[in-house]
Amino acid sequence: MTAGEPATLIAAPPGIMEPLPAQVLSVDKETHDTFTLRMEQPPGMAGFRPGQFSMLYVFGVGELPISISGDPEHPGELTYTVRSVGPVTYQLVTRQQGESAGIRGPFGTSWPMAECRGKNVLLIAGGIGLAPLRPAIYHILRHRGDFNRLVILYGARSPKDVLYKKELAAWNLLPDTQVLTTVDYGGVSWRGYVGVVTTLFKFIRLLPSETATILCGPEIMMRYAIRDLTARGFDERQIWLSMERNMRCAVGFCGHCQLGPYFACKDGPVFNFPQVKPYMDLYEL
Amino acid sequence: MKKQAVRFDDTGLTCLIELLRGEGYEVIGPRKSGPAVRLARIESAADLTPGIDSETSPGRYRMAGAPDARIFGAGPAAESPKRYLHAPEARLAVAERENGAFRIIRDTPAAPKTALFGIRPCDVAGIARLDRVLLRDRYKDPDYEARREQTFIVAANCVRSSETCFCASMETGPRAASGFDIALTESVNGRREYLAEAGSTKGAAMLAQIKAEPAAADFVKASHAQCEAASAQQTRSVDYRRARKVILRNFEHRRWDAVGKRCLACGNCTMSCPTCFCVNTKDSSSPDLSHAERRRLWDSCFTQAFSYIHGGSVRTSTKSRYRQWLSHKLAHWQDQFGETGCVGCGRCITWCPAGIDITEEFAALDSSSQS
Repeated sequence: MTAGEPATLIAAPPGIMEPLPAQVLSVDKETHDTFTLRMEQPPGMAGFRPGQFSMLYVFGVGELPISISGDPEHPGELTYTVRSVGPVTYQLVTRQQGESAGIRGPFGTSWPMAECRGKNVLLIAGGIGLAPLRPAIYHILRHRGDFNRLVILYGARSPKDVLYKKELAAWNLLPDTQVLTTVDYGGVSWRGYVGVVTTLFKFIRLLPSETATILCGPEIMMRYAIRDLTARGFDERQIWLSMERNMRCAVGFCGHCQLGPYFACKDGPVFNFPQVKPYMDLYEL
Repeated sequence: MKKQAVRFDDTGLTCLIELLRGEGYEVIGPRKSGPAVRLARIESAADLTPGIDSETSPGRYRMAGAPDARIFGAGPAAESPKRYLHAPEARLAVAERENGAFRIIRDTPAAPKTALFGIRPCDVAGIARLDRVLLRDRYKDPDYEARREQTFIVAANCVRSSETCFCASMETGPRAASGFDIALTESVNGRREYLAEAGSTKGAAMLAQIKAEPAAADFVKASHAQCEAASAQQTRSVDYRRARKVILRNFEHRRWDAVGKRCLACGNCTMSCPTCFCVNTKDSSSPDLSHAERRRLWDSCFTQAFSYIHGGSVRTSTKSRYRQWLSHKLAHWQDQFGETGCVGCGRCITWCPAGIDITEEFAALDSSSQS
């Protein structure tokens, strides 16, 4: 948090104030309403850190904050997993290969990969919240020796809403890696877990003092998950989460993303839990 | 810089306006405009309206005759000078379709040269608060920066306070300490006279061109004493140093429910506020889809859509939106920018159709803390 003035003021690099056009390389269907877009990284745009987001612009329609869901060490392209819920996201997921969209960014704080080094990493995702966590997973898998056990707990609404099905299955086969998926409603053919994501806690064996936890999902899910974690002895200071708010500018000028004393766009979206703890339980903050 | 202070009468004031106009500034000052004193274009000193006061109270504004023939006798103008720096609507970018992709055309129109003439110390402080947010945070807002560089500020210190003023407690007035190019303090002793103090090299250079005598120490003292008298007139106050603690501790105070029932969520307070900076963006395209543009418009945290994320708004109740606004003004702005978002101009009180008073709301939380 920056009370007073920051030490140095940086001139905005390209792609911060105005969107840079970028070509869509591919659009892949993940679920009935969610698609993954691979886009070329516009020249001059800085690389991203896991957990950061971009503002994606559709010509004449609008602009939205979307988390980057690809591999941070794959230069030249940026990947976004987008759920079609409104005019801009609908336009994004219906892009054809070779068409373009605008990108600004990358913006915001990132997952604490340095603090996770040498520890077990517990990733807890709800719904589309798995997308912003995927760059962290790629990072851990690329530098596997730097991290201990990797546990991914993922809760989706129903089997048809489960993202990255093949990757989840592949990750689960890796040594020292455990992936558990649960759904709120399973239907007749689902053979996996049913229940909210916190019901998976009883299946994991992690020493709380040796574990860093990062969460991304609906606020209510994160609130209850953290309550359960702390009850199980996990240290609040070793918990990070990503907060969602309305954003129009991503650079702290529009005021929409305020979360108590923070601007989610520049002080977040990734927060260390003690930073936001006083505000998490305040209804309609 | 040596502090420069001179003394002149209406002739000097006329000369100052002419000098500003001669340098290409559009002079914007307080003048009678319909039923209110508003900031509007000033062609010459004759456009300034002497002998007018403004009576304000919660939810009420009336122009009234003043006891003396001061030019700068009325309280803060109906609207703040915010619109001249942080435009109510501005074009952010224009895009043109090109071979299936698009191209952003940079078209930042040249900022107009504007002299804000006779604005109040609270408004001068308001501009300093906007500077902190839009120029001295992580990035600079290009539109604001261009306008700000082309702005000349002539402050008029207050010698009378309106009923809704509380700048003294916010430490922004009634006398401006900084943030101006020239500060005027008006005196009437049979005729109007002005103490003019330079606050910048630009201001000092301007004053050097006016035929005026240096201000003697006793004239400076007598002029400033009027401001102290104005300060003593103020009945409203906010203890802003306690605000962070009081507000965070009283997030669930029943007072919020009461004010939430009175508040109409109309957004008048945010529009009239000299520091409210929130904006929305609007995209549009030409019918043939060859051109598109993004515009930025003032927005208000009192709208339901302001906090909308997929699945619904974060702040659905009026109560929560009023709480967000007041908490931001007095408490969270301090966390974010090291100062308050309130300068004590009182406009949010005057222009609230329900007569909600920020000082009263804060005092209620402070006096009956539910810890």
